[in-house]
Amino acid sequence: MTPEIKAPDFLLTRLDAAVGWARKYSLFQYPFVTACCGMEFMSAACAHYDMDRFGAGFPRFSPRQADVLMVVGTISQKMAPVLLRIHEQMADPKWVVAFGVCTCTGGFYDDYATVQGIDTLLPVDVYIPGCPPRPEAVLQGIMLLQQKIQTEKRR
Amino acid sequence: MKILLETLRAEFGPAILGFRGEGDDSVVTVEQSISHKVLVRLKEGGFNMLADLTCVDYLGYGTLKTRPAPSHPDRPAIWTIEPYPTRFKLVYRLMALDADSGLAGLRMAVDVPVRAENISRSVKELWLNADWLEREVWDMFGIGFDDRPDIRRILLYPEFKGHPLRKDYPIRKRQPLARPRPKAAEQTPDSEPLRP
Amino acid sequence: MKRSYFLNMGPAHPAMHGVIRLVLELDGERVLDAQAEIGYLHRAFEKHAEDVVWNNVIPWTDRLNYVSPLINNTGYCLAVEKLLGVETPERCRYLRTLSCELSRLTDHLTCVGASAMELGAFTVFLYLMKAREVLYFCVDRLTGARITTSYTRVGGVKADLPAGLEEELRAAFRQVRESVKDADALLTRNRIFMDRLRGVGVLSKETAIAYGITGPMLRASGVPYDVRRSRPYLVYDRMDFEIPVGSQGDNYDRYLVRLAEIEQSLRIAEQCLEQMPPGPVCAEGYEAPMPAARMADLGKKGDIRALINAKSEGDPVLEGSGRAQKAGISADAPAAVLPPKEEAYGSIEGLMRHFEIVMWDRGIRPPPGEAYLPIEGGNGELGFHIVSDGGEKPWRVRVRPPCFFNMAGLHEMIKGGSLADVVATFGSINMIAGELDR
Repeated sequence: MTPEIKAPDFLLTRLDAAVGWARKYSLFQYPFVTACCGMEFMSAACAHYDMDRFGAGFPRFSPRQADVLMVVGTISQKMAPVLLRIHEQMADPKWVVAFGVCTCTGGFYDDYATVQGIDTLLPVDVYIPGCPPRPEAVLQGIMLLQQKIQTEKRR
Repeated sequence: MKILLETLRAEFGPAILGFRGEGDDSVVTVEQSISHKVLVRLKEGGFNMLADLTCVDYLGYGTLKTRPAPSHPDRPAIWTIEPYPTRFKLVYRLMALDADSGLAGLRMAVDVPVRAENISRSVKELWLNADWLEREVWDMFGIGFDDRPDIRRILLYPEFKGHPLRKDYPIRKRQPLARPRPKAAEQTPDSEPLRP
Repeated sequence: MKRSYFLNMGPAHPAMHGVIRLVLELDGERVLDAQAEIGYLHRAFEKHAEDVVWNNVIPWTDRLNYVSPLINNTGYCLAVEKLLGVETPERCRYLRTLSCELSRLTDHLTCVGASAMELGAFTVFLYLMKAREVLYFCVDRLTGARITTSYTRVGGVKADLPAGLEEELRAAFRQVRESVKDADALLTRNRIFMDRLRGVGVLSKETAIAYGITGPMLRASGVPYDVRRSRPYLVYDRMDFEIPVGSQGDNYDRYLVRLAEIEQSLRIAEQCLEQMPPGPVCAEGYEAPMPAARMADLGKKGDIRALINAKSEGDPVLEGSGRAQKAGISADAPAAVLPPKEEAYGSIEGLMRHFEIVMWDRGIRPPPGEAYLPIEGGNGELGFHIVSDGGEKPWRVRVRPPCFFNMAGLHEMIKGGSLADVVATFGSINMIAGELDR
């Protein structure tokens, strides 16, 4: 017996898919660059490993205009309140990408000055480990983020 | 360099505690009470650049527990290590740079043994970069400087307590500054499992 | 009555490479005073260095000035070798010089590219990043990683040049020269660029020396001081290169000095490739060639008679090299350097020598004492001050960070200028937060 698909649900799922499609191909990232991973971010964004072909080529340097917070590089204890403030200033829907192992778990900086992973402070959507991750890994991370955005319910 | 040493010895006498090394690695050890005067004299003598100002903590130096016997003729012999007379040592690294030719420069270092409770005299007016360097020494080691009673931290935040580069500060002792916000959005539960 | 207000160019700012906070006291658009607040990337390098054995400090040094990691690696290893009294062989010194110059190229390309982007010249940024990519590809082939290379070891380098790298390097240098020519054509006589940089951010000789500023900033102010000329290390005394010197010490001079230094670094790198002594060296008296994998198998089975006279043939890029590869790249210092694999597998002395270096409580043990060695980093004089207590871990490692001194002088350079000039001046300093805050 085939389940009945009611017309409103069908329309809403199509609408969700359409909105997800639109959002994933127009990512405006806020590159919160602190350390060495910034060099790989620059490489991933520039001509050779172009990030623009994923629709993510335009960094917005104001958190009010961005929707993806890419935390690139080690976050020290001194920087953590600044990071939280920037995250607060972003409007929904927003996603957080932890770029580099220092943001995932603290990397090998297990010391008095480093936050052991930004997921102790913020909800993270995609983790891109690596020290620094190769640009191909960055692009895979962006594709995972796009997949996530496509399949999530509209909010 | 020998002439310089003789001049310093002649002026300051027994407060010049020692001299070692040669050429670029010359180090003169001076007592803390006259360190500022020695530095003034050196600046007048042509050392116009303070290349570095740092500190070494000697807590526990010389208490090496295991010194394995040499198993190869080329391995170093067992050595005896004298503990350092004071807990800290400030190292002023000086350079004489000729602004026009820029090629040759005399270099030397001045060691000043310092006890934890003593403070040294600031050299901020001699070399302008000493301002930040002394703030870093205060931040990392807790050595204060005279006529700088309100010295601020430079690399760490003001709420941090303690001086991390001291040997008795454990490396993993964290003092978090930020607390996570009370209820951030959870991971969105409705997305499908991701295919890597 | 002075009407001034404070503006915070906070740690998260688009025009700041890295995290730094500038508190500016402004009168309208004119900067009256400035205070820089640093430490937002303090990662406890000096504390970690006291916690791990001598060779393991090298990955931490990569992340100091992360656009020129090979220079930091080399500087640290040279300082430890000075304390140990170890002389590395010729080929190793050429390899280190070549890697230093490759890093200097990436540093200057990044600095010029990023500072051009700050002023709106986005095309130049893309051209120079393209040049940097080909260099990263070569560094990747040489060391295994693009940025965090960890290439040198105490007493030598990790591995030799892979096959075919020379041609790739020459092609990369051609690409770099082309990109720099394009950037030069777009920027150097560009009216807007010159108007924004000429006469802005002036740093006089006396101020620079008072602040301990070295490197391209000091050279742009007119002092021809370069550690490679003044205190030659590695093989710089055999290299023929010039030191570009500016005259006015403004941002435009710093840009020109860096562009000229790119060309000089290319010259040095090419001379290295020409003058490098051949390797892997054919060691005397060992005749039986055998593939490295077979040698390792024989050693693990215990069949040492078959391999004691072997000359293993393996990829020169791998770290566990045989006699033939190691002779060129590592010093003959049993106290500091791992033995070649034929000896480690084939004789008890070799095995003991290996264990003396890697086992807990053994390790490389420089004699108690101190050593300081300055080298020329991308931003100036990079010095490592090492204190040893004869143990397996360093007692103290102090890095003299050239960026720290450059930043200390920043407020002198932006006082009196306008707010927009702060961005231009800051870009020309090449502040790298990893080195500034360690």
